[in-house]
Amino acid sequence: MIWAVSDKDLNALGARCAKLKGVSGYSVAFGEVTIEAEAGAIISVLTQLKEGAAFQFQQMVDLCGADYPNRPKRFDVVYHLLSMTKNRRIRVKIQTDEATPVPSVIPVYPVAEWFEREAFDMYGIAFADHPDLRRLLTDYGFEGYPLRKDFPMSGHVEVRYDDEQKRVVYEPVKAVEFRNWDFLSPWEGAEYAKPGEGYPYVIPGDEKAGK
Amino acid sequence: MADDAHPIADDSGKFTINFGPQHPAAHGVLRLVLELDGEIVDRVDPHIGLLHRGTEKLMEYRPYLQNIGYFDRLDYVAPMNQEHAYVLAIEKLLNLEVPKRAQIIRVLYSEIGRILNHLLNVTTQAMDVGALTPPLWGFEEREKLMVFYERASGARMHANYFRPGGVRQDLPYALINDIDDWCNSFPAILNDIEGLITGNRIFKQRNVNIGIVSKQQALDWAFTGVMLRGSGVAWDLRRNQPYECYNDYEFDIPLGLNGDCYDRYLCRVQEMRESLKIMKQACEALRKTQGELVLSDDHKVTPPRRGEMKRSMEALIHHFKLYTEGFHAPAGEVYACVEAPKGEFGVYLVADGTNKPYRCKIRAPGFPHLAAMDWMNRGHLLADVSAILGSLDIVFGEIDR
Repeated sequence: MIWAVSDKDLNALGARCAKLKGVSGYSVAFGEVTIEAEAGAIISVLTQLKEGAAFQFQQMVDLCGADYPNRPKRFDVVYHLLSMTKNRRIRVKIQTDEATPVPSVIPVYPVAEWFEREAFDMYGIAFADHPDLRRLLTDYGFEGYPLRKDFPMSGHVEVRYDDEQKRVVYEPVKAVEFRNWDFLSPWEGAEYAKPGEGYPYVIPGDEKAGK
Repeated sequence: MADDAHPIADDSGKFTINFGPQHPAAHGVLRLVLELDGEIVDRVDPHIGLLHRGTEKLMEYRPYLQNIGYFDRLDYVAPMNQEHAYVLAIEKLLNLEVPKRAQIIRVLYSEIGRILNHLLNVTTQAMDVGALTPPLWGFEEREKLMVFYERASGARMHANYFRPGGVRQDLPYALINDIDDWCNSFPAILNDIEGLITGNRIFKQRNVNIGIVSKQQALDWAFTGVMLRGSGVAWDLRRNQPYECYNDYEFDIPLGLNGDCYDRYLCRVQEMRESLKIMKQACEALRKTQGELVLSDDHKVTPPRRGEMKRSMEALIHHFKLYTEGFHAPAGEVYACVEAPKGEFGVYLVADGTNKPYRCKIRAPGFPHLAAMDWMNRGHLLADVSAILGSLDIVFGEIDR
């Protein structure tokens, strides 16, 4: 069992949030409210959510990035807020791309300092006016942004102790390629022709036959 | 930067020293760059990530079921509590019912995890300020609890026991009695440990009024768990946003008054006693539900029993599909969290309809706590750094992920 608020209450909360300046929409799914905001207005949106009497989201529980490379603005920045007095949670999402920095929300929630450093480290999302935007989790001198979808799971470099040089050396990864199983099954059925739309007749998996 | 073992001093008498990454009081691999003015701490710059294993990246490449094992390796002091948040997130996505008995077992093992964690933290905090005996006593009890882990799951630490829809296997009947017996014997040992620490003059000198966190600070810096309750904010997910069957049990939430290291210690000790209450009630409930299901019988998600597979073709197909491809979760995003011993442990899961998570963010409670090291230590003496660090309850498995 998971503690849940009725969808009616959540819709009411979402509708109230949608009226705030800078919020472009809301949705309710799986017993949670998600609101979409404009990246430039994030500070004012979070301030209203924190200080507005109807919201009182005292804590920013989490901040993280997510990568959707097929979109023009490939990154999501996701804020999870918690109100202890109203006993509600809310998720605020904004979108950005590799080049556009997002305003740092440290003035509203000081804890954002490390969370934003982590998002910068993992995705390369820049945060404007962050006082100390250094990498946080990766190695000193690390290159690339590991949680981006185009970064390989096994990485680019590996380390070992070299007994001759008496130090740890960095080398290109020699590990065998990770086998990413494809579970697309021809048994799930083919896409058959629809009237007037030609005859595609592609059985899932066929595209692999030529390789 | 103090990259050598030698402190660097400038003309004003301020100097920078390196603490860790290998230091017994660092509770793992933490490197602190401390800027000191004499013996007073001016600035703390924690360098973390020395245990970063890329858990979130690895999870994006593996089916949902194979990822459960990664959660044991986050906060390895209380492994099942982490699994709990992850399976709750999956259950939320799949809208899966968990049988009653499975919920009770989960609660029982989450509370065992809480005692495992607090025993380690309370006693090593005492060790950080100079007492050697408490960890020896505490670890003996932890060993007994890990035997309970082993008897349920086969592993002392990395249990991999919770499943979406329940738990892997039912508990042996004798185990429930043994856990109950242990609950009766433990208060005496807790009293012994408390007798060593609680009123101890040195321990109090090192912890009372050290590392004070106000209510507002605790909220601003996203403190959860004991770090929040130690400052007097009454917030516990088991009560405020109850999950599983916590609502059926009677227990209290201890609160601190001053928000200093000593109050946080007292909260943890009291929480162990409250956990014992829950465990005893859970054992009682388990005796009453003997023989009931411990894993959902929705075989699109949970594997069929071995016996069924001998007779039923359908069960064999389910087994094959689950252990090759795994189940598919519907597209969407959820956030599920539990009151882990260290605070709110959350999992933000984005699913795209395939058999693997598209994105999984692990919200570790220790992460924002450690982020507060800088302002918590400013103005304190160098010796207080280890006392404050001890009371933050840090484990690097979950912070570095």
